[in-house]
Amino acid sequence: MRGEFVLEARNVSKQYPGTLALDGVTFRLRPGTVTGLIGENGAGKSTLVKILAGIERPTSGTLNLDGKEFAMDSVRDADAHGIGIIHQELNLCPNLSVAENIFLGRELTAKGVLNKRRQETEVRELLARLEHPIDPRARAGDLPLGQQQIVEIAKALARNVRILMMDEPTSALSATEIPILFRIIGDLRARGVAIVYISHRLDELLAVADYVSVLRDGRMVAEAAASHVDTGWIVERMTGRAAEPAAALEACDPGPPLLRLERLWLNAPGGRPLLGGVSLDLRGGEVLGIYGLMGAGRTELLECIMGLHREAAGSVYLDSKRLDRMDTAGRIASGLAMVPEDRQASGIVQSLPVLANMTLSSLGRYARAAWLSPTLEAAAASGMAANLRIKSPGLRHSISALSGGNQQKVVMAKCLLTNPRVLLLDEPTRGVDVGAKQEIHAVVRRLAASGMGVILASSELEEIRATADRVLVMSRGKVTAEMPAAQARDEALVSAASAGVRQ
Amino acid sequence: MSSMTPAAGGDVTRTVARGTGTPLAGYLFRLRALIVLAILVFIFTALSPAFLTPGNLTILVKHVAINAILAVGMTLVILSGGIDLSVGSIAGLAGIVAGGLIHSGLALPSFGVKVYFHTWLVIALALLVGAAAGAANGLLVSRLRVAPFIATLGSMYVARGAAMLMSNGATFANLSGSVELGNTGFLTLGSGQVLGLPLPIWLMLAVALSGVFLAERTPFGRRVYAIGGNERAAELSGVRVARNKFFVYVISGFCAALVGLIIAAQLGAAHPATGETFELNAIAAVVLGGTSLMGGRGSVGGTITGAFVIGVLADGLILLGVSEFWQIVIKGLVIVVAVILDQMQQRYALKAAAALRG
Repeated sequence: MRGEFVLEARNVSKQYPGTLALDGVTFRLRPGTVTGLIGENGAGKSTLVKILAGIERPTSGTLNLDGKEFAMDSVRDADAHGIGIIHQELNLCPNLSVAENIFLGRELTAKGVLNKRRQETEVRELLARLEHPIDPRARAGDLPLGQQQIVEIAKALARNVRILMMDEPTSALSATEIPILFRIIGDLRARGVAIVYISHRLDELLAVADYVSVLRDGRMVAEAAASHVDTGWIVERMTGRAAEPAAALEACDPGPPLLRLERLWLNAPGGRPLLGGVSLDLRGGEVLGIYGLMGAGRTELLECIMGLHREAAGSVYLDSKRLDRMDTAGRIASGLAMVPEDRQASGIVQSLPVLANMTLSSLGRYARAAWLSPTLEAAAASGMAANLRIKSPGLRHSISALSGGNQQKVVMAKCLLTNPRVLLLDEPTRGVDVGAKQEIHAVVRRLAASGMGVILASSELEEIRATADRVLVMSRGKVTAEMPAAQARDEALVSAASAGVRQ
Repeated sequence: MSSMTPAAGGDVTRTVARGTGTPLAGYLFRLRALIVLAILVFIFTALSPAFLTPGNLTILVKHVAINAILAVGMTLVILSGGIDLSVGSIAGLAGIVAGGLIHSGLALPSFGVKVYFHTWLVIALALLVGAAAGAANGLLVSRLRVAPFIATLGSMYVARGAAMLMSNGATFANLSGSVELGNTGFLTLGSGQVLGLPLPIWLMLAVALSGVFLAERTPFGRRVYAIGGNERAAELSGVRVARNKFFVYVISGFCAALVGLIIAAQLGAAHPATGETFELNAIAAVVLGGTSLMGGRGSVGGTITGAFVIGVLADGLILLGVSEFWQIVIKGLVIVVAVILDQMQQRYALKAAAALRG
């Protein structure tokens, strides 16, 4: 037994205030193998990885390295033990060179002076070993994403890792870059590195992994050799329900579409397509759920509808009126409104009071001649605050005095005060407590009942089910499935969302 | 932002922060610039009998007027998240434009004549030049996305150089104009009186009131606050960010030109070096008045108070016979302390908000 596993987590639990994120999980890694770690959002994958990488300490349970119990207090400890992690978001300094990035924090010096030449030589050798002769002196930010990913891997390898955790390593890669990554993984495996591979893309995961481990609700529910299982088996274990084929799409009632998208295309700065020709129709009174994993293109789709990407191609029609040449302000005036995904970064203005946040999109309505009328403004805002049941100490208070859920309602109020015909919601309940979440869902249903068209993008199946009439599933910038929400089974949604749409 | 007073009924207007220390302390803290001003006035009155006299106060406010007018424009720029380093140079340029037009007219070589304009037209043209210089800043910042610091640093040099070129580095002296050319009366702008108060003070009042109303009572002002607070959220909310930023710089350039005209009229002469380092005094007034250099927070009213703090301090120290060098040191210290207090208030406000959230 001893020596079979390089890293072992035994009966590990992690208690966060209010939630038990991991519940007695045992997870083992064999040297020279790839273990796929799978689970829905919130199943405990990232908590487990954080514990294995020394970022978090378990509440109970033990970690064994080479059969001996050990403890880690920090990422530096993990580093010393040869444990590396590549995060989903790349962690390179774009302004520094490839070599400087790889040696960041442990620069090679000669008598206290940076030895750039030796660093560059070592990096050149390392990259040659990875069959990627990237110039060590190139600025990291100038490289295409796939090469940046390789620099991240090189950074881990330069530390002589024996255990490497990769969190969604392909989410930033194009279809042509993925096989390269897989070759590198194969190479690492041959050299005895134990790899934890986390991905929502099941077919991809089965192609690269030797073993799969499935987490659900903080517990390890299944482990198997990858060659013995298929995506259906995994989805069953993930969701706890038997997989069923996707239901056929019901004939939709033929009312004219309120919003129509025709072949929206959007490329990332590197040329990788973020949206690959998305078309859809939305009718008044309908809630269209858009389900997809991170990076599927949901946010980009909504942003394109709002005119935030001037470089996008394709057409947006609202009531047969073409909006393509309009900026965001024009589209809002035409009847579109959006609640963005990241409330802090794009939803609220921290420095303004609740009132001013609510009326920001509709200021023109409260102006008498050139002056804002405080009475009109306050009347509109307090009416909407009551309507959405916004709990605030007062509309003149700073928005930061509100809870996340109430801040989110303020952002919704801002949209609704423009009297939109179509409301776009991007993860409207992220970071929102359960009570406010249900209220927001009820508001969405109510708005649709009043004839508004709503698009709700979410990575939570529960949310889609609670609100949507119809569901579109996106993966890698394309629509991979469409079905009435009543017939949308979790399994069908999950497998459509993880479908690797290859070019 | 006391002016955003929704008089809505019921519990939405409750503004007392529970469990966050005494509301009074927080209130006094917000009015600190005004309190400092009152204390300064009190001290100087006690120490120098000459301080609180009509004659001294008029001189003091006339000095303040110059800085305050610049600082109102600067406040809008800083609220939007920018900075305008070119205001001193624009003031100098506008003064030279006006001085040149009055003094030697506009030469039209192809016709072999010189055209002299009516005084009102001269003033309008100089203001237009200031607004145009501001528009250039606005285009650089909003459309070409040059960092405001760099864009206005560049235009600071360009405007100063242009002023030097127009006068060949010389001063246009004697701007009283002549009756036969119909361009007399320019000096009234500096020395005229209405209801016993010098015209520049009235102009400051007009600019300050317009600034307060613009910032607090118009959609434009609200949008400027929003852009400075969170540009992306503002854009997503349908605020035309580029357009609003553009106008902020135009207003700042206009204010600067007005200052240039006032100074030229007061001196009866236009010198191309007029207004050097004025931008720093204006920024100091803005900061003293509690406006955050990060944008989004602050007020025009605070800026006016800040300009008065600087003016009273300078005037009082002169009356007390404090050496000019010490005056500079003290001014610097006051600014730094003001910013420290500002940071403290930010933290206080954040804590209060967190306490409310519960």
